[in-house]
Amino acid sequence: MVTASWYLILAAGLFTIGAVGLLVRRNPLIMFMCVELMLNAVNLTFITFGRELGDIGGQVSVFFVLVVAAAEVVVGLAIVVAINRRRPRATADDLSALKG
Amino acid sequence: MLPLLAQAEIPDIAWLPLVPHMVMAGAAVLLLTIVSLAGGRLPKWFASAWTTAAGLGVMATAIPVWIRVWRRGPHSTIADSIGVDGFSVFIIVLLAATVILTALIADGFLRREGVDGPAFYVLLMFSAAGGMTMAVADNLIVLFLGLEILSLAVYVLVAMHLRRAESQEAGIKYFVLGAFASAFLLYGIALVYGATGSLNLYAIAGMVDDDLSDNGLLLAGMAMLLVGLGFKVAAVPFHAWTPDVYQGAPSPVVSYMAAGVKAAGFAALLRVFVGGFGGLAGDWQPVVFGLAVASLAVGSMLAIVQTDVKRILAYSSISHAGFILVGVQAATDDGVSSVLFYLAAYAAMAIGSFAVITVVSGPGDEGAGIDGLRGLAARRPLLAAAFTVLLLSQAGIPFTAGFWAKFEVISAAVDARSFWLAVIAMLAAVVAAFLYLRIVVAMFLDAPDAGAPRLRIPRSPALAIAIVVLFTLAFGVYPEPLLNLADDALFNLWLTPR
Repeated sequence: MVTASWYLILAAGLFTIGAVGLLVRRNPLIMFMCVELMLNAVNLTFITFGRELGDIGGQVSVFFVLVVAAAEVVVGLAIVVAINRRRPRATADDLSALKG
Repeated sequence: MLPLLAQAEIPDIAWLPLVPHMVMAGAAVLLLTIVSLAGGRLPKWFASAWTTAAGLGVMATAIPVWIRVWRRGPHSTIADSIGVDGFSVFIIVLLAATVILTALIADGFLRREGVDGPAFYVLLMFSAAGGMTMAVADNLIVLFLGLEILSLAVYVLVAMHLRRAESQEAGIKYFVLGAFASAFLLYGIALVYGATGSLNLYAIAGMVDDDLSDNGLLLAGMAMLLVGLGFKVAAVPFHAWTPDVYQGAPSPVVSYMAAGVKAAGFAALLRVFVGGFGGLAGDWQPVVFGLAVASLAVGSMLAIVQTDVKRILAYSSISHAGFILVGVQAATDDGVSSVLFYLAAYAAMAIGSFAVITVVSGPGDEGAGIDGLRGLAARRPLLAAAFTVLLLSQAGIPFTAGFWAKFEVISAAVDARSFWLAVIAMLAAVVAAFLYLRIVVAMFLDAPDAGAPRLRIPRSPALAIAIVVLFTLAFGVYPEPLLNLADDALFNLWLTPR
């Protein structure tokens, strides 16, 4: 029998994969994908709780999160494109002019 | 889900308290429309003047809201998701002032750098509208939306200077870490929702009490919310982005980030933790205590070894976040009003300081090193004097607003019996004073470079600097009006047993 906690554990696992991926991968596009994975793990959590609680709030939240995630990618990709024009194929390690 | 939809009904909406938000967001949309229609026929100062007018409009429309709060007491609207209280009006007016001053600073800067256009002002106003939404949010999803509107606009602002590689590097760093923190905040919201069954801070505040104080789900949710908001206010250990972003971003944007984004972040922090989770203060106070101590220590120590003035001020903003957290940690009425006073005083100091940096650093935003300030007193005595006042205020010298700000948060901590935190805060103030004095010494005692070109100070940044210096001095000598205002800015979330 698949209970709600399975979904919560799956979501926690996806969130962890996303968080670790963001920290270890150096390609900006992969890093964005990791952020998306984290947000979608949260969506899964929202839906599971919404169903468990019999409350529509959890499902409605998912729509807002989807919209925000889309807007975030637009901004992020725009910044990546701007950087790639200046220096093609830059990874996160190449961007190190600012430190101290 | 059909039965649920059938039950749905439109909640009552009080429009008056929403007018300031509409003015800010509407002004941004209108500016974009007007500039794309009229194009080059508009004078160069138009966008800046428009933004200033929008900020003044927000302040004017906030007055009826304040009167309404004063008459009816704090209340909420749209199914309890928007709070109408003195606290939110205070933050809204503060954000509007931040927008006005930033627009004044940006005018000359954008023309000097050749990146002028309406985009800067439009994004600035959208971002402030998001911050205002955070300040009124009584629902965690509304809070998240406000935070994202604020952040997405600031990500673009940081990366806006297309000809400077540093600006873009700062943009991508801020974006990646910001998105990371937003995901944590959102996961925290989901866990709190699961533990309490509601996204509404009133419902949560009514539900959390000692029975829930060992609920793992709720505690994990609170921890993740704290991570997300800690990032926005640049508290240690979530501060790693701050020095790089402050150094790389265009200076007017940094002044907005230091004053506006920090104010909105702390407004959300107070609403969620002191308001929503006030009944569980015993659980989160030790964590905030740790964040405050770490921010105070790291902020004041690491600033000393920096050579770039923007980096110094970035670390000093981290130490200021530590001071503000001292007021948050108290979790009392006094604590809340001391935080509000600190935010207002800090906004003035931060905007003024970055305005001076904007003026002093030459084209390309280079020359923001401490060398660029050497002998400023000989070249531009008035500018050096103004910067000195702002730096002394940051250090907390008496007869400046910064002194009263530090005094208020520390006395709130003492009243809440957090004696150790008060002692650590006072020690950190002493250490931090050293770094501000270092800048003052460079301005007054060192000789200017022989070949330094004559410094041009455009009129509008000069006006902004004059306003914040007057503010700092006036409320430094006579702080009562602002203190009373901060005391009157009551919270509408004190629904839990304390």
